[in-house]
Amino acid sequence: MSTATFRIYRGAQGGGEMKDYTTEVSEGMVVLDALHGIQADQANDLAMRWNCKAGKCGSCSAEINGKPRLMCMTRLNELDLDKPVTVEPMRTFPHVRDLVTDVSWNYRVKKKIKPFTPRTPDAPDGTWRMQQADVDRVQEFRKCIECFLCQDVCHVLRDHHKEESFIGPRFLVYAAALEMHPLDTLDRTEELKEAHGIGYCNITKCCTKVCPEGIHITDNAIIPLKERVADQFYDPVKALVRLVRGKKA
Amino acid sequence: MAEYETFEHDVLVVGAGGAGLRAAIGAAATGAKVGVVTKSLLGKAHTVMAEGGVAAALGNADDRDNWRVHFADTMRGGQYLNNWRMAEIHAKEAPARVNELEAWGAVFDRTPEGKISQRNFGGHRYPRLAHVGDRTGLEMIRTLQDHAVHQGIDVHAEVSIVALLKDGNRVAGAFAYDRERGRFRVFKAKAVVLATGGVGRAYSITSNSWEYTADGQSLAYNAGAVLQDMEFVQFHPTGMVWPPSVKGLLVTEGVRGEGGVLRNSEGRRFMFDDIPENYRNQTADNEDEGWRYTQGDKTARRPPELLTRDHVARCINREVKAGRGSPHGGVFLDIAWIKDKIPNGAEAIKRKLPSMYHQFKQLADIDITKVPMEIGPTTHYMMGGITVDGDSQMTNVPGLFAAGECAAGLHGANRLGGNSLSDLLVFGKRAGEHAAEFAKANGAAAIDAAAVDSAAREALSPFDRAGGESPYHVQHELQSMMQKLVGIVRTESEMKDAMAQLVGLSERAAKVGAEGNREYNPGWHTAIDLKNLMTISEAIMRAALERTESRGGHFRDDYPDKDPQQATFNIRLRKAADGSMSLSKETIPPIPAHLQEVIEEQKS
Repeated sequence: MSTATFRIYRGAQGGGEMKDYTTEVSEGMVVLDALHGIQADQANDLAMRWNCKAGKCGSCSAEINGKPRLMCMTRLNELDLDKPVTVEPMRTFPHVRDLVTDVSWNYRVKKKIKPFTPRTPDAPDGTWRMQQADVDRVQEFRKCIECFLCQDVCHVLRDHHKEESFIGPRFLVYAAALEMHPLDTLDRTEELKEAHGIGYCNITKCCTKVCPEGIHITDNAIIPLKERVADQFYDPVKALVRLVRGKKA
Repeated sequence: MAEYETFEHDVLVVGAGGAGLRAAIGAAATGAKVGVVTKSLLGKAHTVMAEGGVAAALGNADDRDNWRVHFADTMRGGQYLNNWRMAEIHAKEAPARVNELEAWGAVFDRTPEGKISQRNFGGHRYPRLAHVGDRTGLEMIRTLQDHAVHQGIDVHAEVSIVALLKDGNRVAGAFAYDRERGRFRVFKAKAVVLATGGVGRAYSITSNSWEYTADGQSLAYNAGAVLQDMEFVQFHPTGMVWPPSVKGLLVTEGVRGEGGVLRNSEGRRFMFDDIPENYRNQTADNEDEGWRYTQGDKTARRPPELLTRDHVARCINREVKAGRGSPHGGVFLDIAWIKDKIPNGAEAIKRKLPSMYHQFKQLADIDITKVPMEIGPTTHYMMGGITVDGDSQMTNVPGLFAAGECAAGLHGANRLGGNSLSDLLVFGKRAGEHAAEFAKANGAAAIDAAAVDSAAREALSPFDRAGGESPYHVQHELQSMMQKLVGIVRTESEMKDAMAQLVGLSERAAKVGAEGNREYNPGWHTAIDLKNLMTISEAIMRAALERTESRGGHFRDDYPDKDPQQATFNIRLRKAADGSMSLSKETIPPIPAHLQEVIEEQKS
């Protein structure tokens, strides 16, 4: 059995430092396995989040060798083990301890988005009819495991900290899933433009690149939403109609 | 009592998986003030890992299906040790609970008519599982989560309960700490719903997440509630066996529902060799018929790969022991072979089983559209748990309710796939509503200051022993011991050995230390959870030693046959006055004639 060194951020409320741990590694291991070994043998109090260890719950988000990834889905054979593997917390969110960050802002943002509101049922028994082809695109968005890696990598949040005026890629995907849901009756375009700040996104696609679920965040969610906003608020013909009628067309 | 931050709720729900969230929604709908406590962040609970689907006799894929068939299937799968009232309620109410999710935004896969699609699963006579590819659990938890946050429910994320508080006989609340700061909290509640899930972390090879440390079962037991059917642990037949770090990770039964077959190293479909008598009429006797069944041919019977989980797991175990296993100690599960049977086979596999495709590709470098998977049994589900009333889900402790995996009754000796997701919806709702009703009928209870102080002292004791043994080491040893001696095949001598070893491990567990401080300290949390695992491991062993027969998830090598005499009782465990675990056999009440009739009519 060989060994590898992991350079892990240790400390609380941002006042930490990188610390090296060397541990045994074997075939097929992922970063989370190595950290579990370190936690059991060398650092019982190493703080990190994880639940399913199967890429389904989105808890173990971290920055591995500088890249936002799930620790449970990052295999060691993809990494250069000749030098230390760095493991750091997501930088966009307030630091709590070691690899744990305060992601509660995400939950507050989601609550502000108008919830799903279906049309009246299609059948007398209270059920609806939808074709698979009509739900395919919504199902892509609903694959999201809320790991918040897209929020972590988004420069509007990471560098400019526009948390008060921009909801970030995760919640644009969430809004898209509601807007494109065949049964939903609400229109969220105005909020997307104003309170949700969709205009801040300048489609650099960093979010799409880090999504562990392979959701086409930019192309399939954000751009179509931007088009709806443009259509509703910047279409000259519609603007004229609005001017004449004095209300939203 | 020292000063602790105190929260007051009419109903406190412990756990935010499917059962907990559905209970909270149910309680809040009555106007009750509801709080939900979860060890993790919201939306991360174990429900998220459920893959195949939620069982409900909607009759969308086959109009011959209805509650009677679902009820009879559930009872047969549970070897008639089920609480028949729960099985009846479950079969009748599951369709409404699934349709309700659609009203809250869930997007299930569709039939050509635009209805919710349903797939085949083991032990279900007709295609019955509503699903979203192989990520049904994620769809369910996200739907419940997104709905719940708009119902005025208080969510206490990353908070762990260390003890239930009582006022005389009745429940009065719970004592907890928040993981982030390590500070204690007192929850005053008129009713408490436990929805904490299972016990899989008592074993080393498991499909369960770290959270499954038997918290609810142990909290209830220590508060005077009764546990039952603890000998019935479900070993899911198909977990990954390689690479070592993912050993136990679930491979959905949906693979077999979509036409996947099991083969040994000789290429033989060994499941045809051992079809139990009570399933013979419903099971295909040749490969072609089995294939036609998976493709929706209503005249065909299901392939033997879709027999119940307990049976399939034992057959796999037998092949491996006989030296006919795969290179890494499992057998082969082949879905790639259907490529030749249907157009665009590889694409169809990826569309129907996307998570499985990615899981094997990313974690094992294996393309399941090209080569067979290697799989073997993995600890998956606890059929037993807290004894509850079938209608209200209340335990014998007034005001204390339990729902979902931590409760017992619905599944008897073996659970059918898909019945857990419907279980948590049906009984989550009922537990929440009945808890709210209890809260309304019974005013506030008093908090016992001495009990709070003693719980606080005990919770902090690992810090007094800094430098003591690592809690992880004791946990790992317990897991290996349970896996080896109280696993899928059991004998009296091995379990007695396990019982002796457990005494030593419990002593060590009482001496483990915690390093560092109280802020987000997983070593400390593990030291606390370890006690729950010890309690529940003892319960499993005692019940398993007592049941001297093989039935459902419980297989005794020294008593390999079913004993009709033992079909008449459930084994129950409670904490005796002297603190020891006492065991009794509770006769199952006779099944009413109208339900017996349903069972008989479905036997053909």
